Amino acid sequence: MQDFLELLRNVVPSLLQGAVITLQIAGVSLLLGGAIGLPLGIGRVYGPPWLQRVLGAYITLFQGTPLLIQLFLVYYGLPDLGLTLGRLTAAYITLGLNSGAYQAEYLRGALQSVSEGQMTAARAIGMSKAQAIRSIILPQALRLVLPAWSNEAIAMLKNTAVVFAIAILDMMGQAKALASDYFAPIPIYMIVAVFYIVLVGVAYLLLRQVERRVQIPGLTSEAE
Amino acid sequence: MTTEPILRIEDLYKSFGETQVLKGFSLTIQPQEVVVLVGPSGSGKSTLLRCINLLHPPTAGRVWLDAQEITAPGVDQDKVRQRIGMVFQDFNLFTHLTALGNVMIGLTKVRKMHKKEAHDLAMLELERVGLVDRADHYPAQLSGGQKQRVAIARALGMDPHIMLFDEPTSALDPELTGEVLEVMQQLAKEGMTMIVVSHEMGFARQVASRVVFMENGVVVEEGPPNQMFTQPKSERTRAFLRKITDLDDGGERQ
Repeated sequence: MQDFLELLRNVVPSLLQGAVITLQIAGVSLLLGGAIGLPLGIGRVYGPPWLQRVLGAYITLFQGTPLLIQLFLVYYGLPDLGLTLGRLTAAYITLGLNSGAYQAEYLRGALQSVSEGQMTAARAIGMSKAQAIRSIILPQALRLVLPAWSNEAIAMLKNTAVVFAIAILDMMGQAKALASDYFAPIPIYMIVAVFYIVLVGVAYLLLRQVERRVQIPGLTSEAE
Repeated sequence: MTTEPILRIEDLYKSFGETQVLKGFSLTIQPQEVVVLVGPSGSGKSTLLRCINLLHPPTAGRVWLDAQEITAPGVDQDKVRQRIGMVFQDFNLFTHLTALGNVMIGLTKVRKMHKKEAHDLAMLELERVGLVDRADHYPAQLSGGQKQRVAIARALGMDPHIMLFDEPTSALDPELTGEVLEVMQQLAKEGMTMIVVSHEMGFARQVASRVVFMENGVVVEEGPPNQMFTQPKSERTRAFLRKITDLDDGGERQ
């Protein structure tokens, strides 16, 4: 017990530093993924057939291959094409592109579940298709996509762990280094697992709050 | 003697793939007329309304609104739709907006009004349909009849030259149809030109200036309600109107 507390005292500062990197990578990648997923999702539903097919191919590529391979190709493969990226940049880009594919799919599902009558009614009062998507369809679809998006945010927090493979000192990277420094891999991986659970738990609670905040009155059983 | 028609439909055809729905439909509507369109299901009534406001592009034929041919190439269809109000069977209120928001959004986004101005006009439109006290309610918090009245207010906000009603009371419980029909009757009194697809024969008798019976994508017979109900020329019209009038009376008796 004494040993464990001693170990804990030694590793927590490094793991906290790692946590900052983990959060940073997850945050930037989620935002980047959102910036990619939003137009992709809209294009998948409302774009011309050729565009839908191209976007479908992008999504299949990123959903159908291991994240680790994507990371290696971006970090080790792109320099062959004359594009050398820093470690963090490579992590942002890989996770962002990957998350963009997933977020596009979630958004597509949400857009398609907004009833067709909403678009018809919007066009009937003289809105253009783009106006209708922006003012009528998207505000509803973004609410519908929130639960799936929360899952994506939580998956992202854990997926960031792959970046240790390109020597980034995120939580996982720190854990790996500490494990060999202290010759105590099992306790340290258990500790870092707890760190991940705490981060995921906090993210989950925050996102539930957001979902509750943007609920449309009357659409749930708790209203009235 | 003759005024300029507000709407002229000439030889309209509409097919969906192999299925021909409209097969040479023609109709001319004068300002302030209330035309009630009846016909068996599948006769093309809803399709006709959606072709008039170009939600469905007609396969062939021409439509004029206020002497402008709106089926001509190069016409700004969004502008055309602003001038044609449409009310749907299942309301199609924007679920994420309050009653007020539903009326306002067309004013701010399409008519480009300022918020204050749009708010005031939207409140006026809600007053017209008797729903000022429900302005802050979301669609899910409104009854069917209230939803449909908000939908009417939303269409009126665009200041349409003509209103199309696609079975506006069909999705409503019988006790809620009255409040919607009353609003429509009031609109007719104020001089709004209207095409109403409906089997509410009481409304047709009292409010319609003309009843049009269509079947298989064409007009079978048209005339003032009195003549259509008492001495229709076509046997088919007689049979159809008798059937729906019987249903109507049956409903009232209960």
